[in-house]
Amino acid sequence: MVTVDSSTVEPETVEPGKAVERLNRPRRRRGIQTTRGYRVFQVVNAVVLTGVVVVTLYPFLNIVARSLSDEAYIIAGEVSLVPRGFNIDTYQLVMSDSLFWTNYRNTVVYTVVATAIAMVMTTCFAYVLSKHHLKGRTVLIGIAVFTMFFNGGLIPNYVLISSLGMTNTIWAIVLPNAISVFNLLVMKAFFESLPVELEEAAAVDGLNTYGILLRIVIPLSKALIATMVLFYAVSFWNSWFAAFLYMDRQDLLPVTVYLRNLIAGAVGAENVGAVSEANEVQAEATLKAVTIVLTTLPILLVYPFVQRYFVSGVMLGAVKG
Amino acid sequence: MSAPTTTGPPPVAAEPAGPAPGARRRTRKHRRSWRQALRRDWQLYSLAILPLLFFLVFRYLPMLGNVIAFRRFQPGGSIFGEYWVGLRYVKMFLTDPTFWEVFTNTLILGTLTLIVCFPLPIVLALLLNEVRTRRLKRFVQSVSYLPHFLSIVIVAAMVMQLLSTDGTVNQIVQATGGDPVPFLQRPEWFRTIYVSSEVWQTVGWGTILYLAALTTIDDNLYEAARIDGANRWRQTWHVTLPGIRPTMVTLLILNIGTFMAVGFEKILLLYNPLTYPTADVISTYLFRMAFQSSNFSYAAAIGLFEAVIGLALILSANAISRRTVGTSLW
Repeated sequence: MVTVDSSTVEPETVEPGKAVERLNRPRRRRGIQTTRGYRVFQVVNAVVLTGVVVVTLYPFLNIVARSLSDEAYIIAGEVSLVPRGFNIDTYQLVMSDSLFWTNYRNTVVYTVVATAIAMVMTTCFAYVLSKHHLKGRTVLIGIAVFTMFFNGGLIPNYVLISSLGMTNTIWAIVLPNAISVFNLLVMKAFFESLPVELEEAAAVDGLNTYGILLRIVIPLSKALIATMVLFYAVSFWNSWFAAFLYMDRQDLLPVTVYLRNLIAGAVGAENVGAVSEANEVQAEATLKAVTIVLTTLPILLVYPFVQRYFVSGVMLGAVKG
Repeated sequence: MSAPTTTGPPPVAAEPAGPAPGARRRTRKHRRSWRQALRRDWQLYSLAILPLLFFLVFRYLPMLGNVIAFRRFQPGGSIFGEYWVGLRYVKMFLTDPTFWEVFTNTLILGTLTLIVCFPLPIVLALLLNEVRTRRLKRFVQSVSYLPHFLSIVIVAAMVMQLLSTDGTVNQIVQATGGDPVPFLQRPEWFRTIYVSSEVWQTVGWGTILYLAALTTIDDNLYEAARIDGANRWRQTWHVTLPGIRPTMVTLLILNIGTFMAVGFEKILLLYNPLTYPTADVISTYLFRMAFQSSNFSYAAAIGLFEAVIGLALILSANAISRRTVGTSLW
């Protein structure tokens, strides 16, 4: 039985906190910096960065304010940061729509299934590609990397998926995106950085390749795997186009397409005739705002806790280059 | 061993045909070592089977599927089409005035996005790098990364709310004495809207790699520059920027590679027939060709053209950068 104490062998890059730590470490003072010009610069800089924060956050706050406001105030153009005519009626309205919840549940199911499949596929292939002695490794890497720069395009993909009979099934969303080459390369680079001695020792102890992967490599890569899960989960959670293209049954759509159909009701590419009907846009202003808030909420709630994993994931990818 | 097939899951690059005797010896040796490799590493190869199937079916098959650009295609028929029609569809789009219109729009939107969205993360990273208060820096970073994680549908929805006749932008317009403008229905505004929402969503996240590169610059270089009498500005110019140059070049190449594929999904969500004159790009045009006019072969021909240009762009950007600055993707 091989046991590995992950705290002792974890290479530096494993700890996502550390990578972020390094990123956030203030640069050591470059000597005495008290010239007048530099002090002015510091003030201007603080103002500019505050501006960045305000501009980034404003749309969120605006949507929240609109979602809690009375329709009449919105149409009058009086809602910016503070809700006017505060009420939560529209929230109740949207949340009582069973289609909204069906689609929300679909999003959760699609994300979980797709992420699980993507993780298995990516981990297996990345592990194979990390073995330098493997014959044909370069060809395998080439097969994956080439698809980053050239792809079949929308039409052949659509023709393929429909002829495989995957329309109106979860597989049209899950399978065509089962491996992201970027994530694959990040994992491969990480596996390459693991000490070989551990795997050799495990092999001597009688573990086969599958055992080594499951019992040694994966436990050593927990932090990285968390990062990859997040990368995949966010991309599947946010995706809408595959469902939009391959699904025509309302009850199968993810919530992103629900939102899309709601906003496209007025100014969408599909509804050519409805463009000029500005009234329709306004009658649903609160409804849209509420749906946007409810769709964005999970991401906003999780974001503060997982942000550093994303950052470290990007940095791992960058090390590989 | 009779047929010259390559056994085993990993596809093997075909041996180039050389002089007969030498080639045969090489092939035999090659094959024997393949057998050894398979015997030793079959468990590893077995792990690669499903991923390889994925790449073959969902990545390489569609590439082959592009032959329908040169064949008559019937929905429901073979995915490779029915019979050859040669360059009919290529000629068709080359003589299609709408195609050239959307081609121009693609170039303009791509160029604008590149010019605006490439340098801004560098500027923001440099500004963040000068922040002395660690808390403030971390807060600004966290906030500015946030939009990156939103679905493009949410971003489009927010843009629509902000730009609607009762939205914030029009409130400002009215406060300064103007009349409300239905921005999303005005072609002259589309490019501005597209690029600024792109800035909002990508600039913060784009700083990560630069900030990482900035921490790797040796402090002694700044020390030396200061002894040579360089002020802050000159230190930035002569030490900081050269220090992050490899990162800049790499990201520039990657940006150029996605130049042709300008935000298809966002445009699809934000445009409408009124804004087609500036908003319609190659990818949205071929989308409509396929799914509204059911002209799949024509759309595939346009798509292939776009993909080939994209590939050519990234290859040449990479080659140029390798020659001139010595940085390349591979």
